[in-house]
Amino acid sequence: MSTTLNPRNILVVALLAALVLLPVYAGLTGDRFMLTLFTRIVILALAAVSLNLILGYGGMMSFGHAAYLGIGGYAVGMLAHEGIYTGFVQWPVALAASALFALVIGALSLRTRGVYFIMITLAFAQMAYYGIAGLARYGGDDGLTIYKRSQFFAPIDLSNKVQFYYLCLALLYGSIYLVWRLVNSRFGMVIQGSRSNDLRMRAIGFPTYRYRLVCFVIAGTLCGLSGALIANHTDFVSPAMMYWTRSGDLIIMVVLGGMGSVVGPVIGAVALLVLEEALPSVITFVLHPFMGEKAAGYGEFWQIVLGPLLLLVVLFARGGIDGLLAKLRAKAVP
Amino acid sequence: MTLFIEQCLNGLQFGLLLFLLAAGLTLVFGIMDLVNLAHGSLYMIGAYFAATFAAWTDSFVLGAVLALLATLVVGMAVEVIAMRRLYGRDHLDHVLGTFGLILFFDEAVRLIWGPEGLSLPLPSWLNTAVTILPGMQYSAYRLSIIVVSLAVAVFLYVLVMRTRIGMLIRAGASNREMVGALGVNIKLLYTLVFGLGAALAGLAGLMQAPILTVQIGMGENILIVAFVITVIGGIGSVRGAFIAALLVGFVDTLGRSYLPDLLRLVLSPNAASTAAPALASMLIYLLMAIVLVVRPEGLFPASAK
Repeated sequence: MSTTLNPRNILVVALLAALVLLPVYAGLTGDRFMLTLFTRIVILALAAVSLNLILGYGGMMSFGHAAYLGIGGYAVGMLAHEGIYTGFVQWPVALAASALFALVIGALSLRTRGVYFIMITLAFAQMAYYGIAGLARYGGDDGLTIYKRSQFFAPIDLSNKVQFYYLCLALLYGSIYLVWRLVNSRFGMVIQGSRSNDLRMRAIGFPTYRYRLVCFVIAGTLCGLSGALIANHTDFVSPAMMYWTRSGDLIIMVVLGGMGSVVGPVIGAVALLVLEEALPSVITFVLHPFMGEKAAGYGEFWQIVLGPLLLLVVLFARGGIDGLLAKLRAKAVP
Repeated sequence: MTLFIEQCLNGLQFGLLLFLLAAGLTLVFGIMDLVNLAHGSLYMIGAYFAATFAAWTDSFVLGAVLALLATLVVGMAVEVIAMRRLYGRDHLDHVLGTFGLILFFDEAVRLIWGPEGLSLPLPSWLNTAVTILPGMQYSAYRLSIIVVSLAVAVFLYVLVMRTRIGMLIRAGASNREMVGALGVNIKLLYTLVFGLGAALAGLAGLMQAPILTVQIGMGENILIVAFVITVIGGIGSVRGAFIAALLVGFVDTLGRSYLPDLLRLVLSPNAASTAAPALASMLIYLLMAIVLVVRPEGLFPASAK
């Protein structure tokens, strides 16, 4: 992230500021749904930021990132089910469990490269999915309702929607800062060097496997945090949150936003989830002149538009939204 | 003992069915270097076509043949419209683009056929049991799946290894430009290969349809299993896919039927009955992990490119 003033940076700062001011807007208009939607966006943006660390900077195409959402979420859910509500136990367990899973998966998967890596991470995430779906004590396939949110000391109350939103946002911005520091450190240089030319990095004398594994574990742990937040947000965890299509959603956010920068995934998460909310109305609106009242029924088929849209992004907008913004800048300042 | 033989036959049948799916996946990857997540959608579409055409024509076989042709056409259309533009791109682009195709196909199926599943009833001549050993009966339909799949496997082997078009396919896999320069229409060849893969997936889907219900998302679970097979077998290797598919079919089927009993030997009956189903579903992934620890490129790595 360069610190110069240009349209792209102004837009990014505006987005980050808008997220801070959102509860004020929601409070003024009394739009409770908006706050819920954006809490979800902020949490998933955190997951996308963590995926970007390995996908964008490390070149590790993990297709199993949603597994950590499930593991972090289930750590909170299971402990709550056993009567342990304090966040000082729940959250460290969520992080530790995600880190451990990432360590085991990473140690095996990082032995491979390219398309093997994609499929192995995918398969391991499916394994975790089936493992958790088989836990009859914790609801199995049907999932687990959480009756009390994580408890911290007195002034912090996660049941307060505005407080919870700001906690999620603070954690998101903290993670962005962490990832930014990380990728610009010596460690980050090794990771990025290994993405471009692993053989050369090893020839210089870096044990890249260990560096990549540490990076993989950090990303998994951060995503586990996001999972703990989701569990508190929805008061419910189910294996569906770690199904492989969820991992696909996270990849979409990262690529849609742009892998080239730390905040790209945040743009992607906002864009994808707002698009999901808006597409049904847009479809109804577009079809209305042609089919009249029947158009409303077709809004639910919004994915039929989203799918080809993704294909178009892949084909014509490499670098995602952030890349497009950067291109605008390149045109403005030749 | 009869139960064991029956489970082995079930494993063989499931494995061969998986092979049809994995063969298309691995062919497309080996030749076009394309990761196709939408392969599971073609499997689903094959099943939906079969259920529809069988109801129209009132004949299971006629419906299956029409569905096969229709899936072939859909596959070639997808190649011409979308896949062709993805060749030579990053694997991440393939993953994302074909993920978009999954969303499209799932929703299109919901729009056309509605959210409820369909069923594909078996004709009476297939819905019987045949005596395969003295005192042992086996479903005629499952037996016919085994026969058809084995025939397709032989057909694939002959096609790729013994015919002129197979020679071109193999040549195209090792050097696309060179084959193109020699005057072969490589674009048409790729469209045909993709269509072949789609038809194989459709065949697997329509043969599985009478056993399970035809529903949206049916291809998404089995797609991952097909990926596991291609990874175990070595991506791009049809022979590896065949052996890995049988291995996975047996491990999965036998694991599901015998794991509860095995666990009961070491665990309390209660714990065993809860742990067994989860462990049985995870078994093939464990198998894959073990194979990868020993051989990171799979059992039969396709020639290094």
